[in-house]
Amino acid sequence: MQPFAKLDAIAAPLPLENVDTDKILAAQFLKTVHRAGLGKALFAALRQDPDFVLNRSPWDRAGILVAGANFGCGSSREHAPWALLDFGIRCVIAPGIADIFYNNCFKNGILPIRLPGEEVTTLMTLASDPATAPMVVDLKAQTVTAAGCAFHFDVDAKRKNDLLNGIDEIAETLKYTPDIDRHEAMAQSQRPWMRTAYS
Amino acid sequence: MTAPRTLFRKVWDAHVVRELGDGAVLLYIDRHLVNEVTSPQAFEGLRAAGRTVRSPVNTLAVADHNVPTDNRAAGVAGIAEAESRIQVETLEANVAKFGVPYVPLLSKQQGIVHIIGPELGLTLPGSTIVCGDSHTSTHGAFGALAFGIGTSEVEHVLATQTLVQQPARAMLVRVDGRLGAGVTAKDLILAIIGRIGTAGATGHVIEYAGEAVTALSMSGRMTLCNMSIEAGARAGMIAPDAKTYAWLEGRPHAPKGAAFAAARAWWETLHSDPGAQFDRTVEIDAGAIAPMVTWGTSPEAVTTVDGTVPDPAAIDDPAIRGQCAAMLDYMGLSAGARLAGLPIDMVFIGSCTNGRLEDLRSAAAVVGTRRVADGVRALVVPGSGEVKAAAEAEGLDRVFIDAGFEWRDAGCSMCLGMNPDKLAPGQRCASTSNRNFEGRQGPRGRTHLMSPAMAAAAALSGRIVDCREFA
Repeated sequence: MQPFAKLDAIAAPLPLENVDTDKILAAQFLKTVHRAGLGKALFAALRQDPDFVLNRSPWDRAGILVAGANFGCGSSREHAPWALLDFGIRCVIAPGIADIFYNNCFKNGILPIRLPGEEVTTLMTLASDPATAPMVVDLKAQTVTAAGCAFHFDVDAKRKNDLLNGIDEIAETLKYTPDIDRHEAMAQSQRPWMRTAYS
Repeated sequence: MTAPRTLFRKVWDAHVVRELGDGAVLLYIDRHLVNEVTSPQAFEGLRAAGRTVRSPVNTLAVADHNVPTDNRAAGVAGIAEAESRIQVETLEANVAKFGVPYVPLLSKQQGIVHIIGPELGLTLPGSTIVCGDSHTSTHGAFGALAFGIGTSEVEHVLATQTLVQQPARAMLVRVDGRLGAGVTAKDLILAIIGRIGTAGATGHVIEYAGEAVTALSMSGRMTLCNMSIEAGARAGMIAPDAKTYAWLEGRPHAPKGAAFAAARAWWETLHSDPGAQFDRTVEIDAGAIAPMVTWGTSPEAVTTVDGTVPDPAAIDDPAIRGQCAAMLDYMGLSAGARLAGLPIDMVFIGSCTNGRLEDLRSAAAVVGTRRVADGVRALVVPGSGEVKAAAEAEGLDRVFIDAGFEWRDAGCSMCLGMNPDKLAPGQRCASTSNRNFEGRQGPRGRTHLMSPAMAAAAALSGRIVDCREFA
């Protein structure tokens, strides 16, 4: 996974609530067996409109998306963050971000940031003007800075560390194999009925 | 003496492999369900890193999203669309290479993964269950901790049989009283989502309890837990009880004899202790719930069948007003319109939400000897081969076919536009599925979510109508 430290990029405003992962990446694009190449399908229905923000300069080069509440709700499809990443977006800022999508972002080097509504409103206004759309997201300092205002954000310590260092989570977990073996043996003796294979 | 714990906490505690600091834990996964859409990149990741599947015995794969619901005899080769066929073929190649148990397309046990898990007795109380599909919350109906994951996590579970998890908050949704005649679990969950919103339970695991929940059949409990994700919840759970045990006993992979008794003794401890603390409690009066219908493009945009759609002009917040107007525009509805009487083009009865035998019985009871209205195309898609066989054994197929419904093979079908069952642009559908998002059932398609009885009534009337008029 690509590490995330500091991002200096254009922020695009998407002032919609409840943007679901079907809207981010529609079902007809889920038939790929690869991760790459989904950027062109990102927000496909919305992008049919030439005036949609991601079709216009400078936001067609956006690296940050500022969105309304409950962003990424619905389907668990990781194709949604893959499409954002393929487009070039490394950070999503919203007053609320749905749990599965939030989690999926971290696995792909995207930083999802939940901020209070009024702070997102401020960033949304700044993002809407090309002159103030460039923003800096500093994961180490946990700040978003734009046109002189700076907002602090919260992030779990482990997720922050993994993202800063581009950690391969599976390799990390495999170091705990003895613990997993021990747990499995204990569970097997306490709940032997659980380990039945489909046949 | 340990502190009182919630059901969620008990299941969580029983699966913690180790603490990882800052509240994160490594959680053991008992059952990993795998589908063809969200797994190819995970298997690819394993291959690239030279890793194996740690525990095939805990894993089960099935293709459900892409599969056509007719011409099943042709098997995988009969999947007309190349990309869909490749996804199913890729799954078959991956399960063969990694030794993962698989339900083939031609098996009678094939079906929607969240229907066949319980049916096979692989979904058990107190277990942890994950799948690369958000409706994994369905399995919480058995007192399992079950949730959807992304493909990176699918790969993580395949490689390690564990997941790194952040703690969740606990929410109690207590439903007092009884649901009225013609009012189902689907109406209940739509009413709950209407009340708390699609982000209402973000960060929480919901436990459903109360008289109306206990009174639900296992099928109804699955419908309720299934749509927990539409309330934003990480999972939904119901404490197991005598109904749960009776439903499980005798299922192909459920424990047998003494093992069942031993399992049951543990399952009986799986309930929230008196005094257990919930971070939030929501109280619902079951008696006040009527059949529900969604009018917008979010499941929270829902009202009773006798209700009207909102008037954006009456909304103060300009952003919300604009979004409401956009939803009405997409749905082809005028401000303040009545839902009852709205003409429909399509009816879809099926999905992991409402594709079980009881759902088909409920729809068939409304149909009786009546006929589908002229100009309406109506699909009944059993959730699994077993559901289809059981329905045929009691003659439900004849009820539907004689009425003019299409009687199809098992799969996700028109719940999402990944297989040939799709809406055409502008078509309006009365659907028993779980999501009314823009384009969910096909580009520019218009979805109204409702119960199987309501969808059946709509098929007969050609319009949205209160199913209780057909009682």
